[in-house]
Amino acid sequence: MASLGRIVSSRHFWPLLVFVLTLLLLRHLSTDFFSISDGRVYGSLVDVFVRGSQVMLLALGMTLVIATGGIDLSVGAVMAISGAMSAWLLTAHEASAGVAIAGGLGVGAVCGLWNGALVAWFGLQPIIATLILMTAGRGIAQLITDGTIITFHHAAFEALGKGYALGVPISVWLVLGMLLVIGAVVDWTNLRLSIESIGSNATASRVAGVPVARVRLLVYVVSGLCAGLAGLINAANIAAADANNAGLYLELDAILAVVIGGAALSGGRFSLTGALVGALVVQGLTTTILTSDVSVHATRVVKAVVVVLVCLLQSPAFRARLQRMIRRRP
Amino acid sequence: MRRLLGPRMLPLAATGLVVVLLYLAAGAKFHDSNWFTYRVLRDLVVNNGVLGVLAIGMTFVILSGGIDLSIGSTVAFVGILSATLLGQGWSPPAVITLSLVCGVALGALMGWLVASFDLPPFMVTLGGMFLMRGVTLLINDSQIAITHPTYLASGKWPIHPAAGAWLIALVVALYLLHYTRFGRNIYAVGGSEQSALLMGLPVWRTKVAVYACCSLFAAFAGVAQSFVSLSGDSTQGVAQEMDAIAAVVIGGTLLTGGRGYVAGTVLGVLILGLIQSAIIFANINSWWTRIGIGLLLLIFVLLQRAIQQRVDRQ
Amino acid sequence: MAQPPQPSPESTPLLSMTGIVKQFPGVRALDGVDFQVRRGEIHSLMGQNGAGKSTLLKVLTGVYTRDAGQMLLDGRVISPRSPLEAQGEGISTVYQEVNLIPDLSVAENIVLGRQTQRFGFIDWRAARRQADAALARLDLQLDVSASLNSYSIAIQQMVAIARALDEECSLLVLDEPTSSLDQQEVARLFGVLRRLRDDGLGIVFVTHFLDQVYQISDTITVLRNGRLVGEWPAAEFSRIELIARMLGRDPASLTEAEAGAAPPSPVAAAEAARLVAHQLGRRGQLQPVDVEVGAGEVLGLGGLLGSGRTELARLLFGLDRADSGRVELAGRAVRRGQPRSAIAAGMGYSSEDRKVEGIIPELSVRENLILALASKRGLWRRLGRAAQEALADRYIQALGIATPDAEKRISELSGGNQQKVLLARWLAAEPSLLILDEPTRGIDVGAKAEIMALVADLKARGMSVVFISSELEEVVRSSDRIMVLCDRAALGELRGESKTEQAMLARIASAHQEVSGG
Repeated sequence: MASLGRIVSSRHFWPLLVFVLTLLLLRHLSTDFFSISDGRVYGSLVDVFVRGSQVMLLALGMTLVIATGGIDLSVGAVMAISGAMSAWLLTAHEASAGVAIAGGLGVGAVCGLWNGALVAWFGLQPIIATLILMTAGRGIAQLITDGTIITFHHAAFEALGKGYALGVPISVWLVLGMLLVIGAVVDWTNLRLSIESIGSNATASRVAGVPVARVRLLVYVVSGLCAGLAGLINAANIAAADANNAGLYLELDAILAVVIGGAALSGGRFSLTGALVGALVVQGLTTTILTSDVSVHATRVVKAVVVVLVCLLQSPAFRARLQRMIRRRP
Repeated sequence: MRRLLGPRMLPLAATGLVVVLLYLAAGAKFHDSNWFTYRVLRDLVVNNGVLGVLAIGMTFVILSGGIDLSIGSTVAFVGILSATLLGQGWSPPAVITLSLVCGVALGALMGWLVASFDLPPFMVTLGGMFLMRGVTLLINDSQIAITHPTYLASGKWPIHPAAGAWLIALVVALYLLHYTRFGRNIYAVGGSEQSALLMGLPVWRTKVAVYACCSLFAAFAGVAQSFVSLSGDSTQGVAQEMDAIAAVVIGGTLLTGGRGYVAGTVLGVLILGLIQSAIIFANINSWWTRIGIGLLLLIFVLLQRAIQQRVDRQ
Repeated sequence: MAQPPQPSPESTPLLSMTGIVKQFPGVRALDGVDFQVRRGEIHSLMGQNGAGKSTLLKVLTGVYTRDAGQMLLDGRVISPRSPLEAQGEGISTVYQEVNLIPDLSVAENIVLGRQTQRFGFIDWRAARRQADAALARLDLQLDVSASLNSYSIAIQQMVAIARALDEECSLLVLDEPTSSLDQQEVARLFGVLRRLRDDGLGIVFVTHFLDQVYQISDTITVLRNGRLVGEWPAAEFSRIELIARMLGRDPASLTEAEAGAAPPSPVAAAEAARLVAHQLGRRGQLQPVDVEVGAGEVLGLGGLLGSGRTELARLLFGLDRADSGRVELAGRAVRRGQPRSAIAAGMGYSSEDRKVEGIIPELSVRENLILALASKRGLWRRLGRAAQEALADRYIQALGIATPDAEKRISELSGGNQQKVLLARWLAAEPSLLILDEPTRGIDVGAKAEIMALVADLKARGMSVVFISSELEEVVRSSDRIMVLCDRAALGELRGESKTEQAMLARIASAHQEVSGG
């Protein structure tokens, strides 16, 4: 019985289990789960990864922010700004795909810098600091697009969202690339140590000499960059920049993904792959529901249940009560 | 007068002054006498009544040190629920009662999760938001017109339903926050939960009730919305919780809890509304509204931060 | 009940705690403590850090539940399980940090939760009257509709007492209520306490200020290491004896030393000092002082808790921002209020507050151990995993840290082992000057001895150390010079022959005498 309690308390057990169960269900429901034709992968499994790529990217940046004890509500709006910027560069300036991508990523990083400065230098609560850009962001995006939906035709740029490389969708490669880059930077420097120590005890970190403000600034910049890239994929996907709807509510999905991935909102230990699994759980559930006969709107109800369950499983008060119940049973 | 200029009321008075100045400045800028008409003021109140009710509910939660993301979805839920049930022949009082009961039930559930298991309010109410939006869409994912005569007749009421709802919400909130133990306990819990516990106040009960209260206001706003728009719309209230939070913060309530006034929230909503009216009136592109609100939020938050630091240093 | 009820109320104590035991994992915080308070008595509870006084108070006020022993209030057995229950029994507590709601009005803070209601409305006029009445008991007239934080801490403290007395209360517990008050405010508080005592209330008083103990108390109880040392009438208990008892010394040996205590020598510049601080100070925290520490020298900071020793350490390291003075280490200026600058210059600081300013609870022993070194190297220059493990293993060995392996979470170690990891954290960063604030606090005897040996070893290897401890014996034994502090100011230095426990005690005691005499 004690071992059951330990499994219940484990952080990484649940997201993986849920993901595997979802995939099994999806496989059962879908006619084409996974197939290869013309050297390209297809099927509902691939669909989960492609559609989940934007949330996965956001979740990568969000994980770092949440690990320092912060939160970034602005990523959805930043996606809209980055998409608008790249579309504007492509159309108004007939820029190359490279310039458009650089422009989108750059504006994402600037947005992150803004958030980071408010948190690290002005000492604002992360929730409020990022709420400001969340509120103003779509206005800024509309300012760039002049209130219209900018459509474009640019094969090289659109490949970001629709293209394949080595038989695998480019958006999936981008997620993988971002995971490797962030993972490498975090693990081959003192960044992971610094981030986790700030999230676990910021005061003691300062005493030990951790550059608290600089690390905080950095994680918001990374989050902005990730949001910028997600915004590019979004724009490339629909070959247009829609300031009103690009990335709408995705910040919440990203936060959800990180929490499902086993991170605590209060900060501390983080796992990049955990966040990706979290994002895949969210997308897997959505795709499964889409494939089944159940109304698509049930997705949100399922998400609601998942949010509350995940939070409960993380709550020490709830775990204590659960373990007491398990132990009491003969 | 002395109380009005005292240190506690000063920020509120200043915010009130901002509202008046904003109104006058906009008028001076437009050189248009139409700005200073009853119509503009009336529209200001009518167009922002629903947000006003939501923001008042949000004030309760934020005063207690929490946050509620579910209120926009609750508005949509109540709209769809009302339109559907009225279409099936339910009477308006029954529909309204059921709406309010649903609101309280949702809020109490969220409050119970927050208070009993110490869950982050942000996540719990995010769950509430997904739940309400999902249930709404499951009931009906489009727009349903309301044709019940009582609702149609609301246009002839002496007071516009949105304005009326805002007024009722304001009076109820003032009573609850300033003349009941529950209201004072909200301030105490938000000011310092630790102290409130040591002072022997019912912290758990207060927290549960705060969320129930906020959802009740949201359901009430939904009822008002269905009278105003004469329809239920499943996309109603998207991102409205963020506007409500912005209004509360601009109104001077600290997001950390324990300090703020409902009157400030009313002024915050008026400021948001004035910006919107002015931008429409001046025929500037509508996206400046969002940017303007963002800037205003920034200025107010930085000001509050500066004031807070000065208080802490004393 | 074992004891028959006593006929005369005079002889029954108001509160009687007998054989109280409180066990924490690895520590017996209270080991059969007896404590009694009579009606109309102000009773001071004294002891050094870790003596058990705060644990005893927490058992009394229901924050902790006792593991053994009995508590009688007015002859009734009580076992409060929360502050609220203790309040119901008639025990009211005023804490060091004012536990009220600063943004609400004075009146509200007094009546909160007990407001009079009329027709479902709070009767604000009645509330103000009630608050006025409660304050009048303390001879205090305030504008009760002003917010609490518009008043000084002293007044806030009084309001807290007024609230405590507004409910039925026979025993008032004051836990370091005067730590942030100035002398006038203390005098005012004491006036109130005396009147309450004369009304028949029992009052328990805890403070670090010795002269206040003598100004106000009728009785003094001394705890040491979780045990009762004894109870004395304040009038018959000399200062020097009190200090000696708190430190576990024999008072007889001290009386001669007091007479013969050498005047402290003036602060002389050590040649080629490594650390130089000039006129370092901060308002309300420390009066400006000069500090110099030479290479391979151990400077002890002597003084009781609240004397300014920790404050000085924090200013040196830049954890608090000094408003005057400058600090240089090995010729490099340390920027005010910036620990990173101090670390870069070669300083290290092991805080007295292990939990808040020391350990990173979620991280492993290895990660905690390399944190300062890693931060010193900068964000981008990571220490290789192999080097990290080698470092961790070396220090686990060298300091005898009891952990199964370096990957265990630090929060799962005992206090002594956590302390050793924190020391190792600084040693790994190879500072030229290490500030150790109470490195031996709350850990067992064996670990204490090991840490003391370590300090000697560091000194031998040429490291400079600033050493702070509540154990005077440790300070004297490990330091080359001792800077004596009292009431947030430096009193002078003890060195050479005059560097003895007796001289230090005498110096502190006489300083307190001067303060209360003048």
